[in-house]
Amino acid sequence: MQPRYSIFSLARNALNYHKDWERAWRSPAPKAEYDAIIIGAGGHGLATAYYLAKNHGITNVAVLEKGWLGGGNSGRNTTIIRSNYLQDPSIAIYELSRSLYEDLSQDFNYNVMFSPRGVLMLCQTEHELRAFKRTAHANKLAGLDCRMVSPQEAKEILPILNIDPQCRYPVLGAYYQPRGGTGRHDAVCWGYARGADQRGVDIIQNCEVTGIMRDGARVTGVETTRGPIKAKKIGVVTAGHVTTIMDMAGVRMPIESQCLQALVSEPIKPIIDCVVMANTVHGYMSQSDKGDLVIGGGTDSYNNYSQRGSFPALEHTIAALVETFPILSRLKLMRMWGGIVDMTGDRSPIISKTPVDGLFVNCGWGTGGFKSIPGSGWVFADTIANDRPHPIAEAFGLNRFAEGRFIDESVAAAVAH
Amino acid sequence: MLTLVCPVCGAHGDETDFHAGGQAHIRRPASHDPEHISDQEQADYLFTRINPKGLHFERWRCDRGCGKWFHAARDTVTLEFKAYYGITELPPPDIMAQARGAWADYFKARQKAAAKAGAKS
Repeated sequence: MQPRYSIFSLARNALNYHKDWERAWRSPAPKAEYDAIIIGAGGHGLATAYYLAKNHGITNVAVLEKGWLGGGNSGRNTTIIRSNYLQDPSIAIYELSRSLYEDLSQDFNYNVMFSPRGVLMLCQTEHELRAFKRTAHANKLAGLDCRMVSPQEAKEILPILNIDPQCRYPVLGAYYQPRGGTGRHDAVCWGYARGADQRGVDIIQNCEVTGIMRDGARVTGVETTRGPIKAKKIGVVTAGHVTTIMDMAGVRMPIESQCLQALVSEPIKPIIDCVVMANTVHGYMSQSDKGDLVIGGGTDSYNNYSQRGSFPALEHTIAALVETFPILSRLKLMRMWGGIVDMTGDRSPIISKTPVDGLFVNCGWGTGGFKSIPGSGWVFADTIANDRPHPIAEAFGLNRFAEGRFIDESVAAAVAH
Repeated sequence: MLTLVCPVCGAHGDETDFHAGGQAHIRRPASHDPEHISDQEQADYLFTRINPKGLHFERWRCDRGCGKWFHAARDTVTLEFKAYYGITELPPPDIMAQARGAWADYFKARQKAAAKAGAKS
């Protein structure tokens, strides 16, 4: 068992010039067999392993990762956390997730820097205003703490906002979730990794899955670059690469992989203490603790596995934000990056059993993956442990596409992807 | 940024001059056999996509040129266009031979169906 992190351990290690900190997780060699294998050590995969161990006592688990943990989309997002979606199944899972974020640091004994600084979603056309009012009513019925605010109130929350009614897309109002905010993406992965490792889960990095072994309609294990590993239950949590893995099992998926870009500016003094999203003009932004503005936009329109997005998408995002926040026009941008997001037809995730016994899939989080890590792991672990969908996951089954039970969130996304 | 050439009018341009239209060669099953379409077949037609890491076949539209739809073969990792071909055509044989996975299965089935139709006539 690892020692707990505390002010005393910090002081004790400071006396030794921080030379004696133990590693936060082991780097074990793969065993020949596990009770369950999770493919993908991003936030969702690690959370699944963590809750399998913590909530269900299943600790003989391996998390396989072809690169390093948290190195995919978990390290490539804009860290926004909110739950004000339109449809009931979405509200249920995203609010479960948001509420788990509230005390995740205490649960982990590891600071994930959850910062419920408020999420302000601007309404810049009449239609958008009406759509958000509809969402506001749906959220009120579900008991979420959210409200519509006027342009003046929005300006009080966010003083750099341009509420000039003459601008191309005037701010007509905003939808505000005070308990939404941001978290530290790496820390969320590291916290889950440390917690899962402490409970006996093997996190095996640099181990790429190259095949899925089946015995008739059942999975029996995986082929990897570090040899075959047996398991009766396999959870696939590989976001943009989910079709690559599911093809190995012969299961076709309603998923397309696209590139979503984000960028950060040079660090500046605090100008924005909430998260702001501008749907109509395609951009969202928050300010990190370092002071850089973290900016995201829309996806590119074509399939892409390159983790490099296109310049027109960036230009579109920047042009829109400069119009809404004129103060940004002289700001220099430092870095940009792209993540490969797994888009479903209705822009809602898939948390499901599959036609292959023992094979489970959790994907399709698309552009909203970070906010959903704890809730996704919670219900997916339950689904794997009990071999049936968790009540919250039930609506997100693969069968919804054939049954016509879509969970249409394309209008509730922060930007129109 | 992607740069494309329209096989219909020959216009060169970048991705903002064209419109990405998603996966190519999707056939609406209900058009051919409306009485025997299962829910799963209809769902596959609407939502299940070939999503390869590598060579992919897509529809594009020449937005600011001739306005025609056409087909393109593109690598989703290098983002390089391998071929452009007409909206009613199959890819050039050398490109088709490079297809893997679901695309290889698809072209094999198309060629088999074409051979069968040829044998009948």
